[in-house]
Amino acid sequence: MPIINIDNIPYEVKEGKNLLEACLSLGLNLPYFCWHPALGSVGACRQCAVKIFKDEQDTRGKLMMACMEPVKDGMRLSVNDSEAVAFRGHVIGWLMTNHPHDCAVCDEGGSCHLQDMTVMTGHAYRDYHFSKRTYRNQNLGPFINHEMNRCIQCYRCVRFYKDFAGGKDLDVFAAHNHVYFGRQQDGTLENEFSGNLVEVCPTGVFTDKTLKQHYTRKWDLTTAPSICQGCGLGCNIIAGERYGSLRQITNRYNGAVNGYFLCDRGRYGYEFVNSKDRIREPLVVHAPDDKANGLPVLQHVRNRMKPGKMIGIGSPRASVESNYVLKELVGEHNFYLGIGEIEHELIRLMLKLLKEGPVRSASLQEAAAADAVVILGEDLTNTAPMMALSVRQAVRRMPVENAISNIHMPAWQDAAVREAVQENKGPLFILNVVETKLDEVATGAYHTAPDNIARIAFAVSHLLDGTLPEVTGMSDEGKQAAATIAAALRGAKRPLVIAGYGGGSEQVIRAAANLAWALKQQGADAMLSFTVPECNSMGLEMLGGLRLESAVDAVLNGSAETVLILENDLYRRLDLHTANQFFGHCKEVIVLDHLHNPTTERANIVLPAGTFAEADGTLVNNEGRAQRFLQVLSPQGSVQESWRWLLQLGDICGHTHLRSLLHYDDLLKAIAAKYPVFAGIDTITPPADFRIAGQKIPREPHRYSGRTAMLANINVSEPKPAEDGDTALSFTMEGYRGEPPSSVIPFFWAPGWNSVQSVNKYQVETGGSLHGGNPGKRLLEPNVNGQTKFYTNIPDPFIPVGGHLLLVPLYHIFGSEELSIHTPGIAQRMPAPYIMLHSEDARRFQVAAGHLLYFMDNGHQYALPVVINDTLQKGAAGIPVGLPHMQVAEAPQLVKI
Amino acid sequence: MFSLLRSMWLVFLHMFHKRDTYQYPEQKAPLPARWRGRIALTRDPDGEERCVGCYLCAAACPVDCISLQATEDEHGRRYPEFFRINFSRCIFCGFCEEACPTYAIQLLPDFEMAEYNRQNLVYEKHDLLIPSQGKYPGYNYYKVAGLAIKNKDKGEAEHEEPPVDIKSLLP
Repeated sequence: MPIINIDNIPYEVKEGKNLLEACLSLGLNLPYFCWHPALGSVGACRQCAVKIFKDEQDTRGKLMMACMEPVKDGMRLSVNDSEAVAFRGHVIGWLMTNHPHDCAVCDEGGSCHLQDMTVMTGHAYRDYHFSKRTYRNQNLGPFINHEMNRCIQCYRCVRFYKDFAGGKDLDVFAAHNHVYFGRQQDGTLENEFSGNLVEVCPTGVFTDKTLKQHYTRKWDLTTAPSICQGCGLGCNIIAGERYGSLRQITNRYNGAVNGYFLCDRGRYGYEFVNSKDRIREPLVVHAPDDKANGLPVLQHVRNRMKPGKMIGIGSPRASVESNYVLKELVGEHNFYLGIGEIEHELIRLMLKLLKEGPVRSASLQEAAAADAVVILGEDLTNTAPMMALSVRQAVRRMPVENAISNIHMPAWQDAAVREAVQENKGPLFILNVVETKLDEVATGAYHTAPDNIARIAFAVSHLLDGTLPEVTGMSDEGKQAAATIAAALRGAKRPLVIAGYGGGSEQVIRAAANLAWALKQQGADAMLSFTVPECNSMGLEMLGGLRLESAVDAVLNGSAETVLILENDLYRRLDLHTANQFFGHCKEVIVLDHLHNPTTERANIVLPAGTFAEADGTLVNNEGRAQRFLQVLSPQGSVQESWRWLLQLGDICGHTHLRSLLHYDDLLKAIAAKYPVFAGIDTITPPADFRIAGQKIPREPHRYSGRTAMLANINVSEPKPAEDGDTALSFTMEGYRGEPPSSVIPFFWAPGWNSVQSVNKYQVETGGSLHGGNPGKRLLEPNVNGQTKFYTNIPDPFIPVGGHLLLVPLYHIFGSEELSIHTPGIAQRMPAPYIMLHSEDARRFQVAAGHLLYFMDNGHQYALPVVINDTLQKGAAGIPVGLPHMQVAEAPQLVKI
Repeated sequence: MFSLLRSMWLVFLHMFHKRDTYQYPEQKAPLPARWRGRIALTRDPDGEERCVGCYLCAAACPVDCISLQATEDEHGRRYPEFFRINFSRCIFCGFCEEACPTYAIQLLPDFEMAEYNRQNLVYEKHDLLIPSQGKYPGYNYYKVAGLAIKNKDKGEAEHEEPPVDIKSLLP
């Protein structure tokens, strides 16, 4: 490891880094703008100047940009040299000449990198007294606010948006000192990762528009570490509350999961927590002869629970804890997984393959480091958006590695490396039923039916490993595709195979596993990644339970009368008619949920459950990583965690095991003890009695304001602050002010670093893991010692059936997820229900775009407007799933037209 | 003995001095203009609220007795949706006035705020807002800020050039 001398103090630093990274990793304060740990260096802002000396005798030295200088052994430099300090001060002064006098009305203020750097360089007073340049702003849609006057031309936004996230509609326009960062014309930013501009922009050009609706400064937010509920990837987030409502979601760096970025569904899909549809108090529907009015609600629940006639339905969007307590309460044989048949089969299979197979599941960051990617039957941008962002990075991996070895440039030399790479892409193959957004960066994209996708994947496995069965009767096109993919994968060192719920096909999942295993057997460090639909789909499946269809049967044949439903809208799991029939036969329906939905309308008792912001809980993501989210705010009304309601219910019912669980930590220990697969779940975060220097970790920063006034309109005597007996965090600003353990970091802040860039101070090295390791615990590790049992059962090719169409699910980042659509901006970007057909099929059924297509499913008729897309497999019809008012629950399936 | 008589004489002379005691409350004491008394929210020369809801006063307040919520009108002008000061906690330190970037919050020479009921010491925005510019007449924050509001478009503030024509290639 090279040793560099900074201001005559020798430091050991990592090879291959630049000086700026080295200085920041060492904890030194060196200002910068255009450099970003994920985007590399371009040397555009001239802010990180340091003085570099030739040798010990050199006293003059020369000013160099730290971000453009690689670390060399024995190097001598000075950060505090007076000339370097003055230079940096002047640079800020120039950058500030056109910066408006806006901090008071700027949403970035208080978490602004420009503010921090200005203070850091000492340029506290404006020297420039002449006129300032101004711009007109654009309306960039419901998520991003644009205030172009504040721009300091660091180019981070376009580098992130275009180069990193693959966006096309944000660019830099005009010339010389008039450059303008925006769209060609007003309009919504189309990229799914546009929200990251808010964090990438070092000043207030791009700010969070949803935060603006209820604006709060960073220092006034009560924040807690949380996990995104938007999909199965489990990105780490920080959720902030003020005056009892959730105000903002920001990225919580996790070096193994989401890194520095989030998708827009995750960042903006939080507003369901503040929704007017929230259930705040228990609701009990009384029978006319029921004289029990006035009893505590749990007494009502107990009175309606019939021993032996009660079943519980769990949920993939409820925490492991809540599902566990429900399972204990109703008993193992009465606990049903609240997910549809197809979904259940898929996730069960994924879990089995990851546990028993020899290939490990890839984390998002591992996926970004893959050198060849095959996506089978998934539209990643819509089913697991951050995975799509990882794939975009993986595609750059191989050409970048080639370029660095050719031009001898380090990878962080962003502009030079991009110039060398040009449009070269690493191998990425996408097999999906219809075109996907990632096709644009793919080496090959093939659009065919799920069974054919599986066949091609099996054929690739055969080409890689001749002992695996050959696929007979392949079309020429299929053979060609298989040969191309096999040829590209043969040289790969870290190939990644991605499949998941999006394709809705077990065959595709099996074929994906086969392919990854075959690659592993060829000596590659293969990775496998399955996407799952909801934030705790994997955790629920690991807990295990009976299928939802059996619950319907149990109710219909009368063996169950009372149904306890945990955070689940069964109208999204069952088709309308089955669900109506199911509820029609239930004697008592008890629902725990946080939002009113069709299921709560059928309930006799509704208990208000806490959302992720009002609860502690554990989720298991698609990778098998258990992660904890902690309560952000103490809820209004009677809202409390589902597991707490169920524990109280267990107590009233005299359930001995549940009665013994007095604290949250007891509950975690009980889960870990009972289910070996959850071993270690109790150690993800420190226990409730954890203290640093005898103190809890405060959720509020030390500048938190208004404590003695915010509730003074109700009563001038301040109430006692809420207490948190479940975790090591406190709801106040009192407590330990140093760096907390990585799993319970409520906010990123360091002296002089108020913006999100302060995450540098929490990392082992820039872009590396957090101090003390990245939070979360992987529960699934591959079975590397066993014999790999390859699948040999190859499905038959897909043949369209006359008069029928194969319904295939199509997902939408904005719309397919149940909770995020309660955010107005996301609802605005949600598509209307449709059915997608190939133009030949449309001709066959004599419909045109916009016409209604009628089809039969389970004896019920549905009608949807037609959309034509010629990349869709002939004989298949795509329907958007999960949208409100889509009544068809299960896809894929064959339907009659 | 002499000093005793002298003191008595001096005390006697004080009977003819001008009195230092004010007959409060009948007679008010003259307070200097920069006296740190009751807090008010002032208005700009156009009669609009000066407060832009930047939260700096709340952050500066050592007893955390200021709480507010910023909001915006349809033209993008920021103002506080509510603004509350709990005077039963206020220590009249004047930090809020120092922190205020818009001269909105000002401490006035008035200390007569006693109440029998502590709850009455909680002042809301309509109690705080005065129809005056206070100690700093003439200052209008929006005239120097880059934000466009009603009747002030981009480039119309002081020391601002008209908005850039981004299609122009002229130097």
